Amino acid sequence: MPTDQPAAVPKAIPKPTPETRPFWDGAAAGELRVQRCLACLRHYFYPRPVCPHCGTSDVEWVTVSGRATLYSYVISHRPAPGFAEDGPYAIAVVELEEGVRMMTNIVGIEITPENLELDMPLRVVFEPRGDVHVPLFAPAAAPATGGER
Amino acid sequence: MSTDIVIVGAAETDEIGRLPDRSVFELHLEGACNALADAGLTKDDVDGVATVGTPGPVQVAHALGITPAWLDGTSVGGTSFLFHVRHALAAIRAGLCHTVLITHGESGRSRVGAPPRAFGRDSLPGQFELPYGTMGPATTFTVTALRYMKETGLTHEQLASVAVAQRRWSSRNPRAAMRDLVTVEDVLASRLVAYPFHLLECCLVTDGGGALVVTSRERAEALGTRKPPVYVLGSGESAESPIISQMEDFTTSRSFRLSSQAAFADAKITHADVDHLMIYDAFAHVPIYGLEDMGFVGRGEAGAFIEEGHTSPGGRLPMNTNGGGLSYTHTGMYGMFAMQESIRQLRGEAAAQVPDVEVGVVLGNGGMFMSAATLVLGNRRS
Repeated sequence: MPTDQPAAVPKAIPKPTPETRPFWDGAAAGELRVQRCLACLRHYFYPRPVCPHCGTSDVEWVTVSGRATLYSYVISHRPAPGFAEDGPYAIAVVELEEGVRMMTNIVGIEITPENLELDMPLRVVFEPRGDVHVPLFAPAAAPATGGER
Repeated sequence: MSTDIVIVGAAETDEIGRLPDRSVFELHLEGACNALADAGLTKDDVDGVATVGTPGPVQVAHALGITPAWLDGTSVGGTSFLFHVRHALAAIRAGLCHTVLITHGESGRSRVGAPPRAFGRDSLPGQFELPYGTMGPATTFTVTALRYMKETGLTHEQLASVAVAQRRWSSRNPRAAMRDLVTVEDVLASRLVAYPFHLLECCLVTDGGGALVVTSRERAEALGTRKPPVYVLGSGESAESPIISQMEDFTTSRSFRLSSQAAFADAKITHADVDHLMIYDAFAHVPIYGLEDMGFVGRGEAGAFIEEGHTSPGGRLPMNTNGGGLSYTHTGMYGMFAMQESIRQLRGEAAAQVPDVEVGVVLGNGGMFMSAATLVLGNRRS
């Protein structure tokens, strides 16, 4: 990949499918939507038409709070296409307060191991990208430990 | 089961490493021919072929002039070839075929004749991983480790010690890509790829291949194979999530646990019976999960176990004795090489030979904790 003009390379843009469309439509509307099973009342992710917990297809889409905690992450030092100007960036997995996890990036804070404490509270934000909006997560509050390297 | 299943041919390509003059397909065929020669058999003795999706069993069979009665194209990542052994075992016992050739070839580094790596934008990774700047295994497989470290107290030094231990083995292996001994300090001083992983905690990217010939003990005796047979004493397989964010617990692999429990029960062995262990080591944390999920050590104990040298030369549980994916070779689907080393150890022909190996266990991983298979191998009947 060309390294001399990183800005010209776009970040990957997801392409919705019929079963994921409500998720992406929600993101475009500034809402984080996941599915919930009407039989066992548990939330789940990624989008699919059958509850992985109890096997029923009696499921619904719900808008969740967007509050989450940091479950785990890496700080990538090898930029993917479109990420060269971000510097080292966090590829994170967050746990929503509804109990489901999803991969994301952490934004709104300098990306250092000291700043990124596991279980820190986060909130969803949406980044317009191409024809979709991508859910990212930012610290819910200023980091308690400061953030100096 | 009454029918003993044996591996009678096992070989890698003549060279492994950087092979820009060989295509993926050629690597499959070279491994196949070497394994058949190792067995003292010909393609006419083979009536079953198994390999991953590209080039696939039809192309391999056709190229070699084999008319298959049974095919398996199970493609579940780097452990696929362990699945093939298990499936071949079942097929032979069921009478579907008699002798199975399992091939691997991959131009992981040179990408000659290699399938594209790209995921579609509408795939699961395309929608829920790639938008976050993932760059393959180094930035996805690794994402569990900090959670594991927080919950168990694993230190950065212990993680680095996995690479140190494996280099002690590869330093004795002329075919290994990386042979210079390293220290924990060296590992931690190597450049960060994806914090907390440094370069030396990540597997190699190489070209190479290998193949196995699997048959029944009766057929092997009738055909008169060259080398002492290696018995498949037990096997297990499982799978978890196609994308790592949906793994149920980032500190333990369900498929490692289930495939290993099944294989140990099938072989009727205990941990004390295991003389030699191969755990797929795409990254330094994977053997740590493997040791715990297989039950060789307790929860949170694997880091100290490796750090203290128990898996190193002279240790009580020799592990990844070829140097592993971190130091020997890693074409992208390393499982074939883990099996090859276990077979060499059981035959007494390994470069860094462990004395008195009678039972070896191989744990294969596919994808990013996506799938797993476990084989218990032995050089005599159970």
